[in-house]
Amino acid sequence: MGKTLAEKILSLKSGTDAKSGDIVIANVDLVFVQDTTGPLAIKQFEESGLRTIAAPEKTAIFLDHAAPSPTQQTSNDHMLLRRFARETNCHIYDVGNGICHQLVAELFANPGNIIVGADSHTVTAGALCGFGTGMGSTDIATAMALGKTWFRVPETFLINLSGSFSKGVYAKDLILSLIGQLGADGATYKALEFGGESSARLTMSERLTIANMVVEAGAKVGLFPSDEVTQSFLSSRGRGDSYKPLYPDADASYERIMSINLASLEPMVAFPHTVDNVRPVSEAKGTKVQQVFIGTCTNGRLEDLAVAASILHGKKKYPDTRLLIAPASQQVLLQSIEKGYIHSLVESGAVILPPGCAACLGLHQGVLGDGETCLSTANRNFKGRMGNPTAMIYLASPATAAASAITGEITDPREVMT
Amino acid sequence: MPETVLKGKAIKLGDNVSTDDIIPGRFAHLRSDLAELSKHTFEDLVPNFASRVNQGNFLVAGRNFGSGSSREHAPLVIKMSGIAAILAKSAARIFFRNAINQGLPVLLCDTNQINDGDQLEINLTEGVITNLTSNAKLTSTKIPSLMFAILKEGGLIPYIKKHKDFKL
Repeated sequence: MGKTLAEKILSLKSGTDAKSGDIVIANVDLVFVQDTTGPLAIKQFEESGLRTIAAPEKTAIFLDHAAPSPTQQTSNDHMLLRRFARETNCHIYDVGNGICHQLVAELFANPGNIIVGADSHTVTAGALCGFGTGMGSTDIATAMALGKTWFRVPETFLINLSGSFSKGVYAKDLILSLIGQLGADGATYKALEFGGESSARLTMSERLTIANMVVEAGAKVGLFPSDEVTQSFLSSRGRGDSYKPLYPDADASYERIMSINLASLEPMVAFPHTVDNVRPVSEAKGTKVQQVFIGTCTNGRLEDLAVAASILHGKKKYPDTRLLIAPASQQVLLQSIEKGYIHSLVESGAVILPPGCAACLGLHQGVLGDGETCLSTANRNFKGRMGNPTAMIYLASPATAAASAITGEITDPREVMT
Repeated sequence: MPETVLKGKAIKLGDNVSTDDIIPGRFAHLRSDLAELSKHTFEDLVPNFASRVNQGNFLVAGRNFGSGSSREHAPLVIKMSGIAAILAKSAARIFFRNAINQGLPVLLCDTNQINDGDQLEINLTEGVITNLTSNAKLTSTKIPSLMFAILKEGGLIPYIKKHKDFKL
């Protein structure tokens, strides 16, 4: 019997013939923490008595979740993380560099890698056919020390994609629609694997958006095959040598196979307070929004800002709606400046936030007021997520977000796109 | 895991309790001060949670317990509150690993058979839950032997201190 992508990668890295259901110990290619999970990881690392990290070059710290720091306590946590990086000689990406998952894609993730991070959206690396998965601080501390960790080899759901997106419909609408179909725990413990003729045509930016959100259906990992799109992305990042093609075997065994025709999709919105509460944008039409937030590891890339800028260019945001934009990395910010996107966005009335997680998790830079509503391009809309348990968060694509910023209410992007 | 048979009272919760419900993200700046952080456990979901919990109580939830963020502070503050085990129909995988790594048992079973306030007896070795109030017996899903070994040591740090490595 052939292997799925998850079985292939875990076989390779564990030196075993890994099949779903097995428990394996596998070497990791990158282990990382961010500023809200790192301090506990360091505490656990120190308590473990293991003393040294296995591979400083495969270990990274990202200061992105509360960056620059909004409180004394967080500033002290940042100091602790900087000191640990100096002492262990591991990588550190300080405030302003960008969001961990974007930087992992830009700098580290390669096909066939295993990447573990103390952040649930570590699954983003699956876009590059890296087995990326989130863990807690203690698992990550142990993986830092040992250079390996244990995995239960997941069963896989194959998601076959056909057709092309129609105007105004994007990768975000696809993944929201899939999460709506699966439910918030529909893929718990499972791997999602994307395939089919349209999967091969998706750009790396689109793949990153999709892989990023598989955890919202409970999945452990969301993998795209490594193909020409992967090769061209890696070459553009100066990592062409790291490319290798990686596909599932034709006779791989899947627990479930689903098919989605991209042409059948329309702009989607996740309603409060769960990500699987997904409905067509028409059902949210007219909902007033006090804040629109475009950014995050889901939708803060150059292509996302390009869409937002194209919709907002020459127009003004609605006066009573705040428009916050956070590029996912320093490079995204620089390229957005070079291409004129930032100019268009600022002229429309947007506030540009530093590269990082920004308003996504309610620590700073856009905390919502009592009873306020935000339309966000992020991946979570849990009650309290943006810092206020009485606020309402809707999730949508950058196009829907930009269109809604103009009207001040949730708007189908096709109504404003020319 | 010093005790393999636990007895206590059920505190019932619903489906999709996220790690943001358990310990809201807005308190992330308190994560290096666990005593302060733990004052906010379940603040938005269960008012006066701390005063409702007695040492040795069990949380009994529906589907998808612990969904969302990877913050290990979620099982950590639950354990600090005195909760001795979590029972749920299903649990998010990162939370499940984190709880075991903190030495906090999570048993997956049909929690419809348990009401708020029921007295339960849990045999961790056998994975059997007896509802002493209704006399119903429930069997939980078996966990991988490596996870059980970690739980038996009281969590991943004691396990690693003892074994220096993972033993399959």
